[in-house]
Amino acid sequence: MRHGKYPLIITFLVPPLLLYGVFVVSPYLQAFQISTTDWLGYSADANFVGLDNFVRLWRDDYVWNAVKNNAILLALLPVLTIALGLFFATMLNMGGRGGRAGVTGVRGTAAYRLVYFFPQVLSVVIIAVVWQQVYHPNAGLINAALKPLGIDGPSWLGDPRTAFWCVLAVMVWANVGFYVVLFGAAMQAIPRDIYEAVLLDGASRLVTLRRITIPLLWDTVQVAWIYLAIAALDGFILVQLMTNGGPNFSSDVIGLRMYNTAFASETKFGYASAIGVVMFFLTLSVAVLALRASRRERIEFS
Amino acid sequence: MNSTRRDILRRGVVAGVMATPAAGLLSSCAMGGGDDSGDDTASRGEKTAENPFGVKADAPLDVVIFNGGYGEEYAKAHEAMYSEKYPNAKITHSATQEISKTLQPRFVDGSPPDVVNNSGAGQIDPGGLVSQGALADLGELLDAPSLDIPGKKVRDTLLPGVVDVGSYDGKFLVLNISYTAYGIWYSTKLFADRGWAYPKTWDDHIALCRTIKAAGIAPWTYAGKHPRYMSWPVISTAIKLGGLDVAKNIDNLEPNAWKSDAMKTSADAWHQIVKDQFILPGTPGLDHVQSQTEWCRGKAALISCGSWIENEQKAVTPAGFDMAIAPTPSLGASDKLPFEAIRGTAGEPFIVPAKAKNVAGGLEYFRTVLSMRGAKDFTQKVSALSAVSGAADGVALPPGLTSVVKALDASGTSGFNWVYNNYYRKLERELVDAACGEFFSGRIGPTEFLDLCQKGADMIAQDSSLKKYKRA
Repeated sequence: MRHGKYPLIITFLVPPLLLYGVFVVSPYLQAFQISTTDWLGYSADANFVGLDNFVRLWRDDYVWNAVKNNAILLALLPVLTIALGLFFATMLNMGGRGGRAGVTGVRGTAAYRLVYFFPQVLSVVIIAVVWQQVYHPNAGLINAALKPLGIDGPSWLGDPRTAFWCVLAVMVWANVGFYVVLFGAAMQAIPRDIYEAVLLDGASRLVTLRRITIPLLWDTVQVAWIYLAIAALDGFILVQLMTNGGPNFSSDVIGLRMYNTAFASETKFGYASAIGVVMFFLTLSVAVLALRASRRERIEFS
Repeated sequence: MNSTRRDILRRGVVAGVMATPAAGLLSSCAMGGGDDSGDDTASRGEKTAENPFGVKADAPLDVVIFNGGYGEEYAKAHEAMYSEKYPNAKITHSATQEISKTLQPRFVDGSPPDVVNNSGAGQIDPGGLVSQGALADLGELLDAPSLDIPGKKVRDTLLPGVVDVGSYDGKFLVLNISYTAYGIWYSTKLFADRGWAYPKTWDDHIALCRTIKAAGIAPWTYAGKHPRYMSWPVISTAIKLGGLDVAKNIDNLEPNAWKSDAMKTSADAWHQIVKDQFILPGTPGLDHVQSQTEWCRGKAALISCGSWIENEQKAVTPAGFDMAIAPTPSLGASDKLPFEAIRGTAGEPFIVPAKAKNVAGGLEYFRTVLSMRGAKDFTQKVSALSAVSGAADGVALPPGLTSVVKALDASGTSGFNWVYNNYYRKLERELVDAACGEFFSGRIGPTEFLDLCQKGADMIAQDSSLKKYKRA
């Protein structure tokens, strides 16, 4: 048995490592290299320019504007998504009104669970297209609903005061279903008798959530936090499709800045790589910080 | 025994992990490329009157077509015509919607195709290609005899502006094979039903807007999410007032070109459609297709667009809508250009990469495209005008395109164009675009609008990493 072990490990380990090396690690390394050049992307000529791209980036107002938007996303997307996710998951798993023994969800839990998960099944591109129509200023769902109330709705994606928030709302909408399922699954693992005990002690649902559920779910919440923080630093697809960063750069994000610099309005691959490198370190630091900040003593139940 | 083997193995795995990225770097380095000089004299045959570029009869030709609004059938027809003359040349045809992403690696490693239709949203920034010396000089093509128009050089068969718009610092590098007019579109049926006439002067235009609004229709709408569409009428109005130098100064990034008197007068004038709320409410939230659809549904009367609008709106245009193009209204009697003057320019760019294996074949392919036969076939197949003069004669065209032909005829030699959007893509696509969005949604006035455009132009002018071009 032992003799066959290493060939087996090698057979399973080398191909993925090789693929990972070629398609993940090496592009990363190359991005670092390219970020120190003035490469324009369509010839083999590139001059080494040291840290010029980073100096330029430091002075680039448009990049800072995009960073600011990502910072807002970072502050709001995880909080909103996790809060909504926890709320819905709680309602689905233990929100049922008493009367009967035991802890149950609200009526129609199965149907809700299905509906919440819908956005997760759709591709991001479809979500963007659908919501673009929902936000249509004249024929869209929202403004059509406001009209009978005598309200002329804003032009949503066409107004710098609302465009960014509209995209944020879609990001939350698109993500929340997954976390409802994730938190729901984790809640199933919490022993029922704990809940029955606190119910007998007369704890309200809010107290139960705050004192029992969240502490016991903390590991899952932590994972959710990191995922969402990383998603908040991206946001590229939705923004590109729904607003393309506009109006007047009000919904711009770093990923879109990078894309436009390399592929759309310019071909500055060197500069775009520098933006990518900055994004890489931002994401890395955010992930590490999120891990650190949310580290708590683990509560175990047996 | 066991431990040694494990050690060896561990070392092996570590070495493997270390070596993999290195191998990846070597084999797939994005920047590594062939060093061939791009000298194609070796690949050329003897030059004769029949064969002015010295095409080798058996040299293969690699053609990449943008598969967009025009499809790819027209290109296949051109390729078939090329094959008639060079039956031994193997033609590789491919079509994609992502020109930039598909072809970038081939440009980098020095094996680009021979003919590229560099068009669409995934177009490679032409300024970027030019500044990297990636394009072959097409000058030879202009001086070659036309394939089937006797006694004329290719240069003399083209509509005005075709050479200009493809030239960078005097070198003709990009061939645009179609011809587009930019103007203001309206439904002749709607106007006839209501007894409205398209206004020739600015005052008439404002008066008409009042009438239209009173009739319960929005006078204007525009591509709210691509507000640069509205920069076209603003600049056109300014050029008609102040003459061709207005455009030339903008193209050459002259200081304060955007704040010239003509631009100021024009921006002031256009501000009125914002102030008087002549624009369909909610327009800033619409993209180009959504706004054009509102226009087709009769919710708005006027819209700024190029002659591709008829094709783009084919599916939603009601029968009998009869769209037509018109020039921007004249500001007054002191206008340097007549009312009929319209912005006409060649579109649908084609290039031959400098490092193409068969540059001569690429040039000959272009000569085929620009032959009367090739041009007529193109016009018929895609319902668009060709860059070749007279190619639409006798071809049945849809109403919108018919009006474009008429407008271009009427405009004649007073037609105009600008090219800063080709030289500095970012200036139009991002900076002027954002400024137009603010201006036409009423958040800023005309002075701030031009300041914002000028700020963008100054930013481009000061960017040392961008190559600058001068327009003749």
